[in-house]
Amino acid sequence: MALLTSDSKDAKQVEAERIASDAAEVLTEERVAAQKSGKRRAQSYWAVSWNIFKKNKLGMFCLFVVILLVLIAVFAPLLAPYDPYAQELSNRYQAPGGAHLFGTDEFGRDLLSRMIYGCRVSLSVGVVSQAIALVIGFLAGVSAGYFGGWVDSVISFIIQVFSSFPFLLFAIVVMFVLGPGLINLYVALGLLMWTGTARLVRGDVMRLKGSEYIQSCILSGGSSWRVIMKHLLPNCVSTLIVTSTLGIPNAILSEASLSFLGLGVQPPMASWGQMISAARQVIQSNTYYSVIPGVAIIITVMVFNLLGDALRDALDPKMRS
Amino acid sequence: MAKDKELGEVILKAEHLTKHYPIKKGFFGKAENYVHALEDVSFEVRRGETFAIVGESGCGKSTTGKCVLRLAEPTSGTVTLDGQDFTALSGAELTEARKKMTLIFQDPYSSLNPRMTVADIIAEPLDIAKTYKTREERDARVEEIMSKVGLDLAYKYRYPHEFSGGQRQRIGIARAIVLEPEIVICDEPVSALDVSVQAKVINLLEQLQRDLGLAYIFISHDLSVVKHISDRIMVMYLGHMMELATADELFANPSHPYTEALLGVVPRITRERIQDKKILTGDVPSPANPPAGCCFHTRCANCMKVCSQRAPKEFEIAPGHVCACHLFDETLTEEERTPPPEV
Repeated sequence: MALLTSDSKDAKQVEAERIASDAAEVLTEERVAAQKSGKRRAQSYWAVSWNIFKKNKLGMFCLFVVILLVLIAVFAPLLAPYDPYAQELSNRYQAPGGAHLFGTDEFGRDLLSRMIYGCRVSLSVGVVSQAIALVIGFLAGVSAGYFGGWVDSVISFIIQVFSSFPFLLFAIVVMFVLGPGLINLYVALGLLMWTGTARLVRGDVMRLKGSEYIQSCILSGGSSWRVIMKHLLPNCVSTLIVTSTLGIPNAILSEASLSFLGLGVQPPMASWGQMISAARQVIQSNTYYSVIPGVAIIITVMVFNLLGDALRDALDPKMRS
Repeated sequence: MAKDKELGEVILKAEHLTKHYPIKKGFFGKAENYVHALEDVSFEVRRGETFAIVGESGCGKSTTGKCVLRLAEPTSGTVTLDGQDFTALSGAELTEARKKMTLIFQDPYSSLNPRMTVADIIAEPLDIAKTYKTREERDARVEEIMSKVGLDLAYKYRYPHEFSGGQRQRIGIARAIVLEPEIVICDEPVSALDVSVQAKVINLLEQLQRDLGLAYIFISHDLSVVKHISDRIMVMYLGHMMELATADELFANPSHPYTEALLGVVPRITRERIQDKKILTGDVPSPANPPAGCCFHTRCANCMKVCSQRAPKEFEIAPGHVCACHLFDETLTEEERTPPPEV
């Protein structure tokens, strides 16, 4: 019997040693791997994404233009050569060049200054309305996807209703109810544009919901709030960034359309869409007046769209090798 | 490995666990039929033992694990954990009781949140249970567990995608044991890993069992792994318990025709060809429409007339060795014992 126990003790010792050596082996393997990759610190998801994004020349160019537009909007009072509201009726419809680089409008106001101030309106409408849409869309999408059941049915139904109306018509109705003005424009576009985000987030969440790390969190007693904020939100961020970036040009275009129809920004405030609207009457004699804001809108929309594409490529794990 | 562990007290008792999943049909989602994932399964797990559940894919192994944890609510039946009716708990009591029971997942890739660092993943149960007072305490606990599962402390702030499958599984194990549970349910913990890594992870699990006195419910389809690690084994088929015995007894003396067939196909390095043995023919019947009588009779080599008529009772053919098969029923008539007519 004594022999037997000592034997089994030996066996246990051998086993323990074997495990220790196994563990040591794994550790050394890992060290070698770590050394191979150099003194690489933890490369976060965002660092990797930024490295991929940096290689996209068009994306970088668009980012540069967007930053430029933002700077113009922020420093508009410093950049504008004239007061955008100062009328000079003796100087109406001046062609570009000379003292007024972009010419003047029907009240003799400096077009360049009005363009610079209009940039503020366009960008702020894009960003603020998308921010509103983002919050509503994320909360709706997460609730629908995570809780499922009747919550999902109700939210999906609302999304269906919203997207079955022609967008501009709906926007016109909402603006008519709220009344024109910049703040109302933010709210109206935000209230109308969340459905796309919600639908994408819902899909993402339904895919992620079954993930084992979320089951693990629930098993440890994690609340729904924790699951949403710690697990679902970080994994939806790339979707959110891409949809918002692609939503901004839509909002800018909608602002232009609504202002063109007279339901958006009210004169004398400058907005690109409203400028095109004003230029419509003289489009044959003073073509430059409608072309300049038109080109600005095209450039802004295109730059945001291309930036969104580049971001999607950089943030989507499936696009990585 | 030595199987001479003294028997601990029963810490988990599952009784008559049944799980039916509704198959949704029709506009109002009215259930027309049910998938019989689990039918009247009972077993006990003792402190410090490894209880294995084996069977083909779709036999209800994972469902058993999920029902025990209440990741899926069992349709009927009870789970008793430490003398407490686990199936009746809810809210804070459930959260508290769940600390005693954790899960290691099969897929080391989908079981770790790609946006969290290793330290945050391991500390998540701590964060939820709020077991620490200071940041330092949390860090210390994470480091302690990391070294216990053989992870280099330098990797604390790395992300899961920077690790290999084996290392990821170690992270998953670390998360499972950080709250010092009593039972760890291992749902095919090594089947997604390379064979060489499998051995290391199995050794780690065994070492942790010795150090922490854990009980494992080890769900696997790999009989060679199960033979190596488990104390007792339950064989399942189509949601039913077929045979339950100690590992040595089951491999030495497989009694159920299904177990025999299952053990017959374990690859071994011998000159004997697998083809010479009994090999199961046909497919597993659909659990939405299980066969009448004994659920295995459609593929059984020893099928008798009675087998398609009623389900077998469980017979204890040796101490601790239970087998659900009509072959061990002494009360059957000659008529019932005749083979069924050929179809």
